[in-house]
Amino acid sequence: MAFVTLTGLDLIYNAVHRAVWDAFCANRRADRVPISFKVLPGDHEYPKCRTKRTSYEWYIPKGILKTGWMNKHLNLVPALVVVFYELDWDETQWKEKQSECATRVEIVRQSLQGRNTKVAVVLIQKKTPLPPGEDVIASERAAALCNACDLSGKSLFVLPHTDHLVGYIIRLENAFYEHAQTYYYTEIRRVKSHKEFLNKTTHQLLFVRHQFKIAFFSELKQDTQNALKNYRTAYNLVHELRAHETNMLEIKTMAGFINYKICRLCFQHNTPLDAIAQFRKHIDLCKKKIGSAELAFEHAAWMSKQFQAFGDLFDEAIKLGLTAIQTQNPGFYYQQAAHYAQERKQLANMLCNHDSSVTHPIPDPLETQSGVLDFYGQRSWRQGILSFDLSDPEKEKLGILALQLKERSVLHSELIITLLSNAVAQFKKYKCPRMKSHLMVQMGEEYYYAKDYTKALKLLDYVMCEYRSEGWWTLLTSILTTALKCSYLMAQLKDYITYSLELLGRASTLKEDQKSRIEKNLIKVLMNESPDPEPDCDASAVKTSQKLWADRVSLAGSNIFTIEVQDFVPFVQCKAKYLAPSFHVDVPVQFDIYLKADCPHPVRFSKLCVSFNNQEYNQHCVVEEAYQKSDILEQSSQGTMCLVPGKTRKFTFIFVAKTEDVGKKVEITSVDLILGSETGRCVILNWRGGGGDAASSQEALQAARSFKRRPKLPDNEVHWDSLTIQASTMIISRVPNISVQLRHEPPALTNEMYCLIVTVQSHEKTIAKDVKLTAGLKPGQDANLTQKTHVTLQGTEMCDDSYPALLPDIPVGDLQPGEKLEREVYIRCGTVGTRMFLVYVSYLINAVVEEKEIICKCHRDETVTIETVFPFDVAVKYVSTKFEHLDRVFADIPFLLMTDILSASPWPLSIVNSQLQLSASMISVDQLESYVENVVLQTGESASECFCLRCPPVTDSQGGVATGRYIISWKRSSAADSVPVVSTVITLPHVIVESIPLHVNADLPSFGRVRESLPIRYHLQNKTSLVQDVEVSVEPSDAFMFSGLKQIRLRILPGTRQEMLYNFYPLMAGYQQLPSLSINLLRFPSFTNQLLRRFIPTHIFVKPQGRQGDDASIAAA
Amino acid sequence: MERIALLSPVCSPRLQNYPLYIRSVPTENELKFHYTVHTSLDVVDEKISAMGKALVDQRELYLGLLYPTEDYKVYGYVTNSKVKFVMVVDSSNTALRDNEIRSMFRKLHNSYTDIMCNPFYNPGDCIHSRAFDNMVTSMMMQYVK
Repeated sequence: MAFVTLTGLDLIYNAVHRAVWDAFCANRRADRVPISFKVLPGDHEYPKCRTKRTSYEWYIPKGILKTGWMNKHLNLVPALVVVFYELDWDETQWKEKQSECATRVEIVRQSLQGRNTKVAVVLIQKKTPLPPGEDVIASERAAALCNACDLSGKSLFVLPHTDHLVGYIIRLENAFYEHAQTYYYTEIRRVKSHKEFLNKTTHQLLFVRHQFKIAFFSELKQDTQNALKNYRTAYNLVHELRAHETNMLEIKTMAGFINYKICRLCFQHNTPLDAIAQFRKHIDLCKKKIGSAELAFEHAAWMSKQFQAFGDLFDEAIKLGLTAIQTQNPGFYYQQAAHYAQERKQLANMLCNHDSSVTHPIPDPLETQSGVLDFYGQRSWRQGILSFDLSDPEKEKLGILALQLKERSVLHSELIITLLSNAVAQFKKYKCPRMKSHLMVQMGEEYYYAKDYTKALKLLDYVMCEYRSEGWWTLLTSILTTALKCSYLMAQLKDYITYSLELLGRASTLKEDQKSRIEKNLIKVLMNESPDPEPDCDASAVKTSQKLWADRVSLAGSNIFTIEVQDFVPFVQCKAKYLAPSFHVDVPVQFDIYLKADCPHPVRFSKLCVSFNNQEYNQHCVVEEAYQKSDILEQSSQGTMCLVPGKTRKFTFIFVAKTEDVGKKVEITSVDLILGSETGRCVILNWRGGGGDAASSQEALQAARSFKRRPKLPDNEVHWDSLTIQASTMIISRVPNISVQLRHEPPALTNEMYCLIVTVQSHEKTIAKDVKLTAGLKPGQDANLTQKTHVTLQGTEMCDDSYPALLPDIPVGDLQPGEKLEREVYIRCGTVGTRMFLVYVSYLINAVVEEKEIICKCHRDETVTIETVFPFDVAVKYVSTKFEHLDRVFADIPFLLMTDILSASPWPLSIVNSQLQLSASMISVDQLESYVENVVLQTGESASECFCLRCPPVTDSQGGVATGRYIISWKRSSAADSVPVVSTVITLPHVIVESIPLHVNADLPSFGRVRESLPIRYHLQNKTSLVQDVEVSVEPSDAFMFSGLKQIRLRILPGTRQEMLYNFYPLMAGYQQLPSLSINLLRFPSFTNQLLRRFIPTHIFVKPQGRQGDDASIAAA
Repeated sequence: MERIALLSPVCSPRLQNYPLYIRSVPTENELKFHYTVHTSLDVVDEKISAMGKALVDQRELYLGLLYPTEDYKVYGYVTNSKVKFVMVVDSSNTALRDNEIRSMFRKLHNSYTDIMCNPFYNPGDCIHSRAFDNMVTSMMMQYVK
C-alpha cells in the first residue's frame, strides 16, 4: 500500500478536520485505492536521507538487506505529504494566508530534504466552488498560491466542506494515489540507475538488495506483475551468492523472505500451481543448507517456519475462494512444518543438553547495541563481517552456546501441537480421516512428552477405535502402549486396566515378555498393589506416579470397575451359546458359556454371571468360587475358575423357564466375568449380549470361510473358531398331547348352517384342565369375510349378522386321560369364496421339570379351508302364452313366468317349498302354488315352475316394472330335522310393459276335423280411448273353405270389443295354416300383422275324417 | 528404501482395510511406514469412489502416485476385487519411474492371484506364503540398491 501522510489536520480540536480524517479512514474497502494514511504534524521530522554516493567503486556492502528498510518505506517515508490548509478564495486577508501556507509547505519540504517525496496542498473551504472557469478570482488566486508554494497546479486541491464530503474525499484519494504511483516509479528508476555501477565480485549482495527493493517498490505501486518478476530475479540472485557456514542464515532468511513474497503474489494472481512449484523449488534448494552443525535445530526451525508460512498463505488463498483438493491442501504443509518442529525438538535435545552448570555467557553475545540486528539473518556477535574466516573463534563458540541455551527455553511441544492441530483441521476438511487420526496420535504423543497426560489420553482414546475398527493391530498396539504409560503415570486405575486388558489380548502385537510383564502388573493391580513402572518413562514422572499409586492403594472403597469389553479386544474371549434355538417350557433351558484367555499366564477369576432380559433367571446362572489371594499365580489348571491360555473353557448352565415366558425370547443381555476379589480390587468384564468383541465378527467370518481341517481334540474340548454365539432362545409351549379332528361335508353352501364337528381326544397321562375351544374364521383374512361369516354352536336356528365370526375360548371343562369330546360348530357363510377356519383347543396341565412342578398351558390348533358355493342357479324367463320368448310384455295381456332351479351342490338338496311373491303391479291369472314342494335335487338336476301373470297398464314403464320375488326354501337332504330351512330369495327381473292399441284374441277349438265345421271367434278389443277404424280382411288358405266377412271396415268404440265369427271348413288333415287374418288400423300404422301373429294362432291341427264312413270305404276298397 | 503393503479386499463392511501383508526394507522406523500406508488409504478410497462409475473392465488398476511427502512417494494399485496394493518408495530413488512401479504392481498382482488360487488359502487371512515373500524380496533387491 502506498504510504501518504496528511499534515495540518487538527483532529482533537477541529470537528471539520476530524470529519475529513474519518472520511479517509472509514470504509476502506477493496474498491478504494490502496493507500495507508497517517496524520502527522506539519513539522514532523522524516527519516534523514543519507547522502547519495556517486560511486560504488570502493563500497563494500555489509549485508543483504537492512532490517529497518521495509518498515521505513511502509510507515516512515511517505510517497506524498499532503498539507491541509483552511482557505477560501474570497478570504479577506489573502496575502497573509497565502504566505502562511507557503511557509507550511516549505517546512515540509525542509524535512524531506533529498527525498523524492511529493508535496500537495489541500485547501479546506467553507463554500461550494463554482464550476471551473467561472470564478475568475479563484483561478487567479490559485495560480498565485501555486507560485508562492512552488507547486504545480496538479498538486493543489480544493476540499469544500459540504454535504458531499465522502465523494470529494474519494476524488482526492485517487489524485493522491496517482502522485504516490509517480513517486514509487521514480524510486524504482533511481534504484535501477545504481545497477550500472555494480560489479559482480564485490557487490553480489547489492544485486540482491536492489532487485528486492525494485520488487518492493513495485508492490507498493500495486504493480504486482513486475513485483513478482523482480522478486523472482532477486530469488535467483540470492542463490547465486557464495554460501558459507557463516552467512548461511542470512541467505536462508532472505530466500525465505523472497519466497514468501513470490508465493503470496502467485496466490494473489490465482496461479496456485506456480506458488506450489516455487515453494517446492525453494525447499529443494534450501533443504540441505543446514549451516552450522551445532545449530542444526535452527535449520529445522527455519524449515518448519517455511512450511507453516506456506500453509498459512495457502489457507488464506482458500478463504479467498481458491479450491484445494485431497492431495494438495494446506494440511500437508502444516504436517511437514510439524515434522520439522519435531526434528527441531530432537536436534535441540541432542545439541542443547548442556550440564545445568553451564550458564549463559556474559556479556550476552546475542545482545546488540540497538537491540536489533542491522541486517536480516546475521549473527549478532559478528554483524557486517563478510569474511568467511572466523576472526574470533572464541566469540563464535560463546555465541553458539548462547543460542543453544536459548533454544532450551523454547516450548517445542507447544509449537508441534499447534502445527499438528492446524493440520488436523485441514485434513478434516479434505476427507482424510486416516491422516487426521495419524496426526492426532502424534498430537497425543506430543502431549505425552509435554507431560500433559490427560490431554494425551483423551486424544489417543479418541483415535484408538478407528485403528481398531480397521484392524491395524500394529498401530493400535503402539497407541495402546503410549496410552498405558499415560494412565500409569496418572495412576488412572480404570484406564490402566482397560489398556492392559487389550494389550494382553490377541490383537496386541507385543512380544511375549512384554505381555507377561503387563499381566503381572495387572495382577498386582487386582491385588490392590502398585504395578511396576512402564519402561522408558521419565524418571521424575515415575516418582510422582508411584506416590499416586501408593495413595490409591491406601484408599478404601471405589475399587470395583466395570469395563465394557464389547468395543475392544480384551484378553479374555467369551461366547454364549444356547443349545437350541428354542426350548419347550417343560424342558430345562441349557446354554454354555465358553471362555478363552489369550494372555501368557493362566488367569483366575472369582465369578461368572449371566444376565437375561428376564432378570429372574440371573440368580440361577452364576458360578462363584472364593479363592485365596495367593492362588492367582498358581500354574494349576485344575480349578474350575482358572483360564489356561489358549484353552477353551466351557461352563454349562441350566434353568427352568417361567411359564409366563412362553412365546417370548429369553435373551442373554450380558455376561460378566469378575477378576480379582471384592476385598482387593475387582474388575468386572462385561460383554453385552452373548459375548464377542471388536475383532470377533471378522474372525468368525474368516473361520466360516476356511476349509482348513481342524486337528482332532479330546471329546470334551471344542475349537474356539467353530463356536458361534447364540444369545437368544425362544420358549415355546409344551407339546400338546391331544388330538383334534374335524368332520364336515365340504363345500359349504351359501347361507346354510354348515356343520363342523370337532372331536377332541386327550392322550395325556393326567387330567387336562380348563379345556377351551376357539373356533371360527381364522383372523387375518379379508375383512369382508368377517362381516359375512357367522359362527354359532346352536344349529337349531338361523344365525344373523349379530353372531361373531370367531367364537373364542368356549369352556369345555376338563378332559380325563383318554376322554373324547365332540362339539358341533355351525358356520354360516353369506358369500361364496374360500375361507380358512381355525379350531384351537387349549388346556392346562401339570408337569414336573427338574423336580419343579409347573402348570403348562398347551394348545393344539387345526385349520381347515372351506369353499363356499351357491347351492343352485335359478334362471327366470318371460314367455308369451304361446311359449315364445318375450323381451317385453303387453299391458293386460297374460304372459308366463318360468323359473328353473339348477342344483350346483355336490350334495342332494331338498326343496322344501317355493313361493312367488308378486309385486303390486303384477296380477296372477290363476292360483300361485308351488310345483316343486318337497322335490329332491341331485347334482346337476333342475326343477322348473311356470306361472301365468298379467300386468295391468302402467303409466310410466320406463325402466320396467318390478315383478316380485321368488323365494326358495331348502336344506341339505342330509341335514338333520333340527337344522333350519334356508330361504333363498331371488328378486325377479323387471319387465318392460308396453300398451297395445288393439288386442285380438281368437276363440277356437284345439283341433279341427276334415270336413267338419270349425267355428272361430275373433275378439277385437280397443284398448285406447279413441274410436278405432279397423280394416279386417281374411286371406284364403288352400286347406280351408270359410264363411264370414272376407273384408270389412268397421269402427270400435273405446274400451269396447267387437266379435267376428268365422266358420272354417277344413279340407285337408294335418297341421294346417289357417286363413290368415290381417288387420289394419288406420290410426296406428305401426300395428302390423307381425304383432298380430303373437296373439292369434296361425296354424291348427286338423284331424282326418271320423270313423263313421269307415266301413263303407273299406267295402268300396 | 522401499516398503510394500498389501491391503485387504472389501470383505466385511466393518474391517475392510486391514493389512494382509506388509513388508518393509529396511526394518527400522517401521511404525512410521505403517502409518504412511494407512494414511494413504484416504486417497485410495477417494480415488476408488471417484472411479466407481466407470466400467469395470475398462478401469485402470494402477492409481499412480497417491501423494508426495518430503521423504517418500506413495503409489497405489487396486484390483477389481478391491484388493489394494500400496508401495512406498524413497523420494530420492530416481531409478524408479512410473513404468517400473507399474510393472512391480503387476508382478505383485500376479503373485497375489497365485495365492488366491491356492485352495488352502482362505481369502481375508493374512498372507504367509514363502513364494510371495521370495517374490517381494527379489523385487526389492532388484530395484533397491
